[in-house]
Amino acid sequence: MFKLRDKYAIVGIGNTEYSKASGRTVRSLATEASVKAIQDAGLAVADIDGMVSFNFNDSAPAMGVATEMGIENIGYAVDYAAGGNGANLITLAACAAIEAGLAETVVCFRAMNGRSGFRLGGGRDMSAYGVTQFTAPLGWITYPQAMAMWARRHMIDYDTGPEHWAEIATTFRENAIRNPRAMQRTPMTKDDYFNSRAIVDPFRMYDICLESDGACAVVITSAERAKDLPHKPVYIMGGAYGGGPSQGDDLFDAIRWPSHSHNCFKYIADDLWASAGVGPEDVDVAQIYDCFTYSVLMALEGLGFCKEGEGGPFVMDGRIKKDGALPLNTAGGLLSEAYIHGFNHVLEAVEQLRGDAGERQIEGAEICLTTAGAMTCGSAMILRN
Amino acid sequence: MSKDDAFFWEGAQEGRLLLRSCASCGEIAHPPLPMCPHCHGLEWGTVEASGRGTVYAWLCSKHPNQADDKGRIVVLVDLEEGVRLVSNLLDTEIDEVTAGAPVAVTFVEVDGQILPQFRMTGDSA
Repeated sequence: MFKLRDKYAIVGIGNTEYSKASGRTVRSLATEASVKAIQDAGLAVADIDGMVSFNFNDSAPAMGVATEMGIENIGYAVDYAAGGNGANLITLAACAAIEAGLAETVVCFRAMNGRSGFRLGGGRDMSAYGVTQFTAPLGWITYPQAMAMWARRHMIDYDTGPEHWAEIATTFRENAIRNPRAMQRTPMTKDDYFNSRAIVDPFRMYDICLESDGACAVVITSAERAKDLPHKPVYIMGGAYGGGPSQGDDLFDAIRWPSHSHNCFKYIADDLWASAGVGPEDVDVAQIYDCFTYSVLMALEGLGFCKEGEGGPFVMDGRIKKDGALPLNTAGGLLSEAYIHGFNHVLEAVEQLRGDAGERQIEGAEICLTTAGAMTCGSAMILRN
Repeated sequence: MSKDDAFFWEGAQEGRLLLRSCASCGEIAHPPLPMCPHCHGLEWGTVEASGRGTVYAWLCSKHPNQADDKGRIVVLVDLEEGVRLVSNLLDTEIDEVTAGAPVAVTFVEVDGQILPQFRMTGDSA
């Protein structure tokens, strides 16, 4: 279990523009976001001695980015080979590295040309190797296909479906309209949702997140050092990483997963809440990994906001809207803000807890949950101001 | 394909649905693994599956650029042997598929490769 409650804080955030075609290299995006985060923290590049990232071999390596920024003696530069499940893991890993004395102040980043460059679930993944040989020839190849089985099983077991997913998609779009960074800011009605193109039954286009070019970065240092820096520190209260039995290769290896009506969050919930010393009832605002609409239901159920199977009714009637009891994905989420592999959720959490979220601000927000991943393995954090 | 899994496709060529079975404890694993996750044995053989199972979950995927494409039903089948297999469901409409429906294997050549495919049998499970 994560044992560093409130010892480390996010002190700086930075991001590039989110777009469909950056026209730039991933390295360029990574350095821009990282330097912006360092400047936002009121620090100099020379103050950084650690860099952590996660990627699918589609990004710039942490050591290379550190070198390009002119860091002369990087103490801890690590890339996690991870999908969206890594988006909270890297910040927890940065805390661990500082605690171990491997670094003092660490930049965590995710940079990708996820639309114009390497598209996740695209061509490279289609060659039939390993587990993929048992899936790709049968037409189980892309992310919408992979996730459709989880969504279907939840529909079978709990009678959820498009009625609930539409509420999620339209709510997050309303949030994105208040967010100048968001890629999708045109209003979306429920009719728009139901009329959107069928992609893979049971999914429509608006059930599926965006593909984006861009980068996000945060700076992490000790709570003690954070006190002297310009922004209100955002403390990492707790966190967890992992999943249940048979995590396999996370994606198509999920064939081995015992029950697709719940995902990794059911298994990391106890550690997450215990590490932070709070429970779901204490959360003011949450940023849930919404690679697909339905995955929001599984995260809410798995983490105990409601019982397994009750996620559908739980999200209805405005509960997850900006003025609801549990506002979710206040920047628009991966569905409407951008898909920086879930790391953009961490930036929004920080802005909410600083009170810097402008029109999107949830008044009095003190505790924010972030989650990352939606299949057999995931990570989550509890942040506070 | 590798030494750990070529047997599956060789079996399919002969119209047999083969699964990896641990030589020490008999545990069946699919997709195949080099080591038995149950007893850690590295020696293994194969068993021929009955070819019967039930529908666990499914999707329907249409060709993105061919509007009249009927679509392909991809199905997760729970085999009698206790493992789950990805396949396709033939000769049925998506609206007719139900969770737990009994299915049976058939072998069909697709683009030069023989694949295990399934049909709903209509039997009671």
